[in-house]
Amino acid sequence: MAASFPAPGAPAAPGAIFMRFTIKAAGHIIEDINYERKAVNMNEILELYLAFARIGAVNFGGGYAMLPLLEEDLAKNKGWVTREELLDYFAIGQCTPGLIALNVSTFVGNKRKGVAGALAATLGFLTCPIIIILVIAIFMKNFADIEAVQHAFAGIRVCVCVLIIQAVLRLWKKAVVDRTTLILYLVIFFLAVFGKHLFFAVPTALLVIASGVFGVFFGKGGQDK
Amino acid sequence: MTLISLCIQFFKTGLFSIGGGLATLPFLYEISDRFHWFSHADIADMIAISESTPGAIGINMSTYAGYTTGGIPGGILASLSLACPSVIIILIIARFLEKFRENKYVDRAFYGLRPASIAMISAAGINVAMVALFDLSAFQESHFLPDFFVWKGLILAVLIFIGQKKIKIHPVAFIAASAVIGIIFKF
Repeated sequence: MAASFPAPGAPAAPGAIFMRFTIKAAGHIIEDINYERKAVNMNEILELYLAFARIGAVNFGGGYAMLPLLEEDLAKNKGWVTREELLDYFAIGQCTPGLIALNVSTFVGNKRKGVAGALAATLGFLTCPIIIILVIAIFMKNFADIEAVQHAFAGIRVCVCVLIIQAVLRLWKKAVVDRTTLILYLVIFFLAVFGKHLFFAVPTALLVIASGVFGVFFGKGGQDK
Repeated sequence: MTLISLCIQFFKTGLFSIGGGLATLPFLYEISDRFHWFSHADIADMIAISESTPGAIGINMSTYAGYTTGGIPGGILASLSLACPSVIIILIIARFLEKFRENKYVDRAFYGLRPASIAMISAAGINVAMVALFDLSAFQESHFLPDFFVWKGLILAVLIFIGQKKIKIHPVAFIAASAVIGIIFKF
């Protein structure tokens, strides 16, 4: 395959580089699928599926509310990912197409068991929401208007809020390592919370990409070592 | 035929809505206008339902729209189409990262990405808090500072915060307990 591409050192258009990379990546994925067909242990895939089905069943309050659950189940109890990796996945999941929750599920599943793992994790995460909405659509369209449901979810929102804040406090040291990162944190936080009230809503994906670029130019590498 | 265009529409939504959650809304309104699979009122209802069920609004809306147009298989198919772009794109990015994680520039990018990630998560926490713990509209009406706080919510929040530190049980136990407390004390 390599022969069809320009020799190393030859100038290549960005489009060509992107194409080359995409083809390579697709090749890797196909290689992995072939490899995994032999190596995959169904029990581990099932475990991954069930772990994400459990998270999907209790993931109230959107993508970010998933973080405390992932941290507890996967980072602390199972040791499948580190907390730094979770942060990285959320950052990338925020600025790539698709729902954050699904992006993060795919990431974790892939890290654990490659393509099969990614599919298992994502399908697991989808299972309960799909069933619940189907049940609601079939039997009780006024579900959200039931008084007890509203009270229950007002309570759950309080809990989700505390869980998110605690996750932020735990992860703080992993991300905000010096004065530069503190300033970056404050700027992004300010823009994300108040941006829409003061001037205009900055798309969050843009904020994330900008801070990645900022990191490339002004960052210090090697925090994981 | 409807099933195929259903899949295409939700695949498109998954592909172009960056950031998820409410980012899917503009696409949902567009689908509603073009295909009439669900009305604008349905979207408003679904926002309420999404707040009271697990799962992102995109997934919920695709399941609902799929169900109304194609029954249970439609619901499942539409959600899977929504998830498809995520899986494909993230698999490609993950491969890229595995290859280049040691690269100096990629490593530096994460130096900037992590504080941004934490900032986004904090902002999400604040957004939930503004609904669950604070009541801005009541305060704006009365200009009486205590009205700004949802006292029941704040007390529960403090209890959960302390409880999480003292008792080492799964967060889900706290979520379930808060639901029960919410019903009993009429939050």
